[in-house]
Amino acid sequence: MVGLSHYLILGALMFAISVIGIFLNRKNVIILLMAIELMLLAVNLNFVAFSHYLNDIGGQVFVFFILTVAAAESAIGLAILVVLFRNLHTINVDDLDQLKG
Amino acid sequence: MVFTDIVFYVLAAILLFSGIRVITTRNPVHAALFLVLAFFTAAGIWLLLEAEFLAIALILVYVGAVMVLFLFVVMMLDINLDKLREGFWEYLPMAGLIGLLMVVEMTMVLAEKNLHPTQAVELPANYSNTAALGKVLYTDYLLPFELAAVVLLVAMIAAIVLTLRERKDNKSMNPAEQVKVKRNDRLRIVSMPAEVEAPAQTAEEKK
Repeated sequence: MVGLSHYLILGALMFAISVIGIFLNRKNVIILLMAIELMLLAVNLNFVAFSHYLNDIGGQVFVFFILTVAAAESAIGLAILVVLFRNLHTINVDDLDQLKG
Repeated sequence: MVFTDIVFYVLAAILLFSGIRVITTRNPVHAALFLVLAFFTAAGIWLLLEAEFLAIALILVYVGAVMVLFLFVVMMLDINLDKLREGFWEYLPMAGLIGLLMVVEMTMVLAEKNLHPTQAVELPANYSNTAALGKVLYTDYLLPFELAAVVLLVAMIAAIVLTLRERKDNKSMNPAEQVKVKRNDRLRIVSMPAEVEAPAQTAEEKK
């Protein structure tokens, strides 16, 4: 019988996959943004699972807000990416050393 | 094993597979498409959890809007993939170790015996998830809801302002400049001697 812990462990697995993805794709900004989206999806899965099993609609309201903020984040992130590519002609993280940090 | 359990395991397998493909595939377009599959499958899992409104919203917002934006940007950029894939698997041992540790720790914490509500409350057949969510959203969470609208507005303006640029062949006008124009900028009155009309020649004189 599938219970709450199954959903939570699935969320944990998705989160771990996206953390690994951030390590592997450390040079490609687009895939980094996609990994962040996957992370937010994993967190949302946890929220929805808790909301269902604790019979509290508040969790779903939070998922709603996270979806809003994630959409805003990816829109701004991609806009920054486009400006970056227009100025530097690369999206390689190694080449982004304009701040001399 | 009931039917919903089988559905859960199938969807979970597809979700994990597509997640792994998103982070390992070579072509960013394929990664975006696998991300679409991941969101779609996640929406299916949310349907299992009786969060119907959010499942549909996930498909509409993510598959419909955000992923199209991703594909748009990926196809607009001309990326040198070979340079980006250099030493791709170099960090896999460390990343895998960290990921494995996270999963093991969370599995130990989230095991069935540690969680009290292992069975969901049976909801009545006429229960509407959308109605319940809307009722809470417009009463208890009204202020955060309006703030979310402001966040979206700010994001929209930010995205437009960031990517706005002056084009060379731009023919737009500056209204302030147009209003400021005086008559003397456009029109010059020159005084010159009056032209005297020459006496008209008749056809007979010409001959």
